[in-house]
Amino acid sequence: MENHPIVQHIPRLRRYARALIGDRYSADDLVQDTLERAWNKLHLWRPGSDMRAWLFAIMHNVFVNHARSRRYDVESHMETLPILPTRATQGDYLELLDVERALRALPVEQREVLLLIAVEEMTYDEVSKALDVPIGTVMSRLSRGRERLRQVASGTSNQTLKVVK
Amino acid sequence: MTVNESDLHAYVDGMLPASSVAEVELHLASHPEDAERVRAWRELSGALRKAFDPVMDEPVPHRLVVRPRRAWSRYAMAAGLMVIGIATGWVARGALFGLPLSGNPPVALARQAAIAHAVYSPEVRHPVEVWAQQEDHLVKWLSKRLGTTLKCPSLGSVGYELVGGRLLSGSNGPVAQFMFQDAKGARLTLYVTTQKGDSRSTAFRFSQEGGVAVFYWIDDKYGYALSGEMGRTELLQVANVVYKQLNPEQ
Repeated sequence: MENHPIVQHIPRLRRYARALIGDRYSADDLVQDTLERAWNKLHLWRPGSDMRAWLFAIMHNVFVNHARSRRYDVESHMETLPILPTRATQGDYLELLDVERALRALPVEQREVLLLIAVEEMTYDEVSKALDVPIGTVMSRLSRGRERLRQVASGTSNQTLKVVK
Repeated sequence: MTVNESDLHAYVDGMLPASSVAEVELHLASHPEDAERVRAWRELSGALRKAFDPVMDEPVPHRLVVRPRRAWSRYAMAAGLMVIGIATGWVARGALFGLPLSGNPPVALARQAAIAHAVYSPEVRHPVEVWAQQEDHLVKWLSKRLGTTLKCPSLGSVGYELVGGRLLSGSNGPVAQFMFQDAKGARLTLYVTTQKGDSRSTAFRFSQEGGVAVFYWIDDKYGYALSGEMGRTELLQVANVVYKQLNPEQ
């Protein structure tokens, strides 16, 4: 079973879910729910078609369907982000923390698009199919998401510098 | 060509047609604000990958690698076993009229263990109540509930790792179930009961309960049943290891 294409995609699905949700356990719950649905619907997957796109589309649907019930704790993670340590901190650590924190400030729709493009390196067309939105919507979410992230990230890093000094 | 914002994003994401790259670069050279945005976007993409790429190298939690069986098949199997259980219980009650139902404990033991195996072993998210990471706690807790000192065998030599365990209720009270799994995700469960009163030890007995093979035996005050969906020979090999581990002096 380890060689099944679905299994080979699990690390990617986990990376995306972690970036999307933040909390490790909630993210793995999302991956697990996605995989359960994928195994059950495997007969609907057309051999030869892009399995990654298929899996990410399933994950998106599972995520959207459950987001309302707050099942994956998307928002609560914002409140539980660790407080920035003020001493003895490595620059790299702050950098990572800042980008994660900035990501949480994005609306989920923009976060999805940005992560699929920047981290998953999907084409705009693939993102459009995975999220089932027109390509124009992909572009506007990407544009707004990137700009907002740029502002938040730079704002946060200024604050951090103050704290460290 | 007029360079618009979408072109800038496509440039950053490497999705611009090769023929347009030079033009965008020309535009950036004369528009420092756009050049700064492009630089920042690139940096953000890099920071995101740096933040989340390490997830790809983490070991995948076991619960994600197990292919779930279709829900109906597992319930059908459990239901089928229960029907057999009720039918034979009915017959047994008639045959053993006047005797307590526990008059033939091993048969009941095998059946109950097989039902518990069919119900819990296909679980993806909650196969156990306490995971193997807390093995000490698991064994202490189950020992306390069963009012005895339990041992959990380690089956690494035959390719099975402990998944964890749970507490169940059996006809004589609490029952412990330990679950094991091999590299392919095949699961075994060891069902441990405490036998009331004067119980004699028995040899290994084998029972095929629907799709579940069970080796069961009574050893002093414990009843054991090892269940798995596999062949008799394969299961016997594991049962021998379990027995030896639980009785190291022999």
